[in-house]
Amino acid sequence: MKLTLEFGGGLELLCDSVKIHHVNVEPQAGESKLTMKHLLSWVRTNLIKERPEMFMKGDSVRPGVLVLVNDCDWELSGQLDTNLEDKDIVVFISTLHGG
Amino acid sequence: MAWIYSFCRLMKASRGTVMTLLKLLKEMKFRPAHLCWHGMGVGAGSVSDAVRKIWYGLPLKVVSYKDLYGWTMDEIVKLIGLKNNCTFCGVFRRQALDRGATLLKVDKLVTGHNADDIAETVLLNILRGDIARLSRCTSITTGEDGPIPRCKPFKYTYEKEIVMYAYFKRLDYFSTECIYSPNAYRGFAREFIKDLERIRPRAILDIIKSGEDFRISTSTKMPEQGNCERCGYISSQKWCKACVLLEGLNRGLPKLGIGRSRGANNELSKNAKEAKGIDSIQSKQCGTLDF
Repeated sequence: MKLTLEFGGGLELLCDSVKIHHVNVEPQAGESKLTMKHLLSWVRTNLIKERPEMFMKGDSVRPGVLVLVNDCDWELSGQLDTNLEDKDIVVFISTLHGG
Repeated sequence: MAWIYSFCRLMKASRGTVMTLLKLLKEMKFRPAHLCWHGMGVGAGSVSDAVRKIWYGLPLKVVSYKDLYGWTMDEIVKLIGLKNNCTFCGVFRRQALDRGATLLKVDKLVTGHNADDIAETVLLNILRGDIARLSRCTSITTGEDGPIPRCKPFKYTYEKEIVMYAYFKRLDYFSTECIYSPNAYRGFAREFIKDLERIRPRAILDIIKSGEDFRISTSTKMPEQGNCERCGYISSQKWCKACVLLEGLNRGLPKLGIGRSRGANNELSKNAKEAKGIDSIQSKQCGTLDF
């Protein structure tokens, strides 16, 4: 399914300084729906070109990275279990910075 | 008249907090008079340009370490190495803020410190055993009896809230990394706070509350506030920290003023004997209040 991924707050530096990515991701083999968990590992493998530890810690994003699915905090939709649909917009913003 | 300043911290520096602060102050019909930016070395030029573009129509004054002290962060780091960078930068910046504020004749100085910053500072001061700072670091206003009081309006606002606000209001948001900070001690406190936030988000406010509730025993000896003999800035020692550090830089003694010392004067006299063999660099005076 087609998704739009945005990186902000400095995370774009890990993806060759490209902020917006239009990608095509398929659910895992055997699964009918695409979950955030699968998307995260897909992003780490395919989009993050350097310092993956700045983006992810274990299975989830590094603490301090905000995730918005269609402008809604992913904590409200189940975090890693959030189901994604075609044409969804996922935004990753790092809050680890000065002001 | 208020004077707003943006603080560069740690791994990444973004102007999100100050932009949010400015926008809110404008909405509240405050009349912020000046925005002062701090040039900090590599990349400072590009950041200043970016700030110049999005300052919400406020007058902008750029102040640099080179102008005030005669040293840029790049030059300092070349001399001292990759450790203790935050010590130099932090001390110089704090003074630069005050000197710039005096120059602009402002009434109040407002910074963008948020709840996460304050919680980190409380933890840092506990880890370092710095009682004096621990008693002061949670005050929302400081220096009321001095010439320029300071205030931290975002003291209870989570960094996450500020980022979300900036994102949804489509505020111009840009990040530059502070290249000297990878080894900063604050980074450890920050990691810990972020892990805590994930488990129990209220922990950040709780740490701040604990910091506010600390009571120092009356028998503890606290440093007394006086004035620096060299430049007149407030100081609890004979010389203010900036003068001590600057003296170290000018004499090629990068360790001067770093680490545990029993006062600036012991170190100065000890190092004066070592320094006799070193070629003297033309002494650069620490900035004075008559700027």
